[in-house]
Amino acid sequence: MSDLRALYQEVILEHSKNPRNFRMPDPVDNFANGINPLCGDKLTVYLHVVDDVIEDISFEGSGCAISTASASMMTQRLKGLPVEQANAIFEQFHELLTSNIDQETSDDQLGKLSVFSGVREFPMRVKCATLAWHTLQSALSGEHADVSTE
Amino acid sequence: MTTPHPQALISESLRADFPILEQKMHDKPLVYLDSAASAQKPQVVIDSLSGFYETGYANIHRGVYKLSQDATEAFEHARNTVRDFIGAAEARELIFTRGTTEAINLVAQTYGRSALGPGDEILITEMEHHSNIVPWQILCEQTGAKLVVGLMDDTGTLLLENFAELINARTKLVAVSHVSNALGTINPVREIIELAHAQNIPVLLDGAQAAPHMPIDVQALDVDFYTFSGHKVYGPTGIGVLYGKAALLEAMPPYQGGGDMILSVTFEKTEYNEIPHKFEAGTPNIAGVIGLGAALEYLQGIGMDRIAAHEAALLSYATEKLEEIPQVTIIGTAKEKAGVISFAVEGIHPHDLGTIFDMDGVAIRAGHHCAQPVMEHFGVPATARASFGLYNNFEDVDMLVQTIQHAMEVFS
Ligand SMILES: Cc1ncc(COP(=O)(O)O)c(C=O)c1O
Repeated sequence: MSDLRALYQEVILEHSKNPRNFRMPDPVDNFANGINPLCGDKLTVYLHVVDDVIEDISFEGSGCAISTASASMMTQRLKGLPVEQANAIFEQFHELLTSNIDQETSDDQLGKLSVFSGVREFPMRVKCATLAWHTLQSALSGEHADVSTE
Repeated sequence: MTTPHPQALISESLRADFPILEQKMHDKPLVYLDSAASAQKPQVVIDSLSGFYETGYANIHRGVYKLSQDATEAFEHARNTVRDFIGAAEARELIFTRGTTEAINLVAQTYGRSALGPGDEILITEMEHHSNIVPWQILCEQTGAKLVVGLMDDTGTLLLENFAELINARTKLVAVSHVSNALGTINPVREIIELAHAQNIPVLLDGAQAAPHMPIDVQALDVDFYTFSGHKVYGPTGIGVLYGKAALLEAMPPYQGGGDMILSVTFEKTEYNEIPHKFEAGTPNIAGVIGLGAALEYLQGIGMDRIAAHEAALLSYATEKLEEIPQVTIIGTAKEKAGVISFAVEGIHPHDLGTIFDMDGVAIRAGHHCAQPVMEHFGVPATARASFGLYNNFEDVDMLVQTIQHAMEVFS
């Protein structure tokens, strides 16, 4: 598979065109904004956490295919999970994007998120893939500070 | 892609002057379409830098030995080349800075701080680069002055009538880009200068995108301040130029204090040096100035008229080709444009385009081009931008078109 095809996998393109959980909840309970000043990507992640469990998670914003698909698939993967597990998944996801270690390990919790492994060959795009995740962390910390990838 | 190319206006052999263009990117020939961000360097510029360091280097304006005198002469010779390049009356009207950004900041912090007070106004346009916005905002914070913005229409053309109405008795400076980097618009600078001068208001032109692409004559324009960057005129990085009319520069307080900008220093009183040295504190970017001189001589050898005509031909060919692709929208369709073409491809974010282009060996810019208010006007977060230099040819434009088609395939 060419590097480009590996980056723009069908699943990623499909999610970027039809992002899931792309909405603002009513009422808004907890949220954070993320921006990537390099390319102008902007998104907001909304959260509803009860007893340390992510009951609801959604997002809105505009961005490139990688950042939109990553946000969309993140919301799918994390909905219903304890916050602690979400953090562990982010760690694995980050490793998938930046290291060369094969991710097919026993405690692989990434599931479909492993389609993002192609991003590894494009270091300039790692920030696109992690924007939603960093924004989520900011929302979880409850600080409401805007996150920037710079 | 069957239409024959128009007659090339610049000899293909000039391309060979730029060693970097022989490179491959991801196993594809490099197609460099990002000269508006920074231009590549011809061999003569590279040689002038290494030659200077190998045989001509010493500090300037201080040594009594021959090497220092020669270096000083080469440095001041380059200042004369700049004078000639933009048609200034005197070499002392040219101040070397780190680039356009520093040149604008210099004017803001010297002219601006001494001439502006609470309620005064600085008039810019909606299509400015951040470097012609933020220095004025800082000045406004310092002085209580107000930033006023002239609007453009949806082709990216300045609304001149609106602009004229914004000029009033409180306007103390007009600062406008000669050519917009995000849209390619060439602004009606003659009319702007006339309007401002009718009310005795000085005008600064940000020439970062004009100097590489067209002949500049600051005296014919009667412009008060003109700025440009070395790296965009095929010269080195870290060097740029501020032109100012002598009378204005003489009246302005210095920018930074230090060596070279003084005549005499005692703890009681320091006397400042004459212009331009008053504004050139410390050891300057000597090699950068030498390299800039070499770049401008190279451009003069080709002729800025020819370069302008060549790039105009590329622009009109590229515009025609992009308009043939229904999914492509060109952003910035002013009548008067320089070799910059910003565009959007339906359903593909510019950042994704940039990556796909890169894999095809095509270097374009994707982003907000340091002109976020322009992006806001057009309601887009970013655009893709191809921009031309003297070394580009019609095949480069064909590659641009092919790559857009490739991107549409990847995303289909
Ligand atoms: C219109 C315009 N003004 C100013 C600048 C700033 O130039 P520099 O970064 O060389 O200081 C640029 C560079 O992108 C530009 O295009």
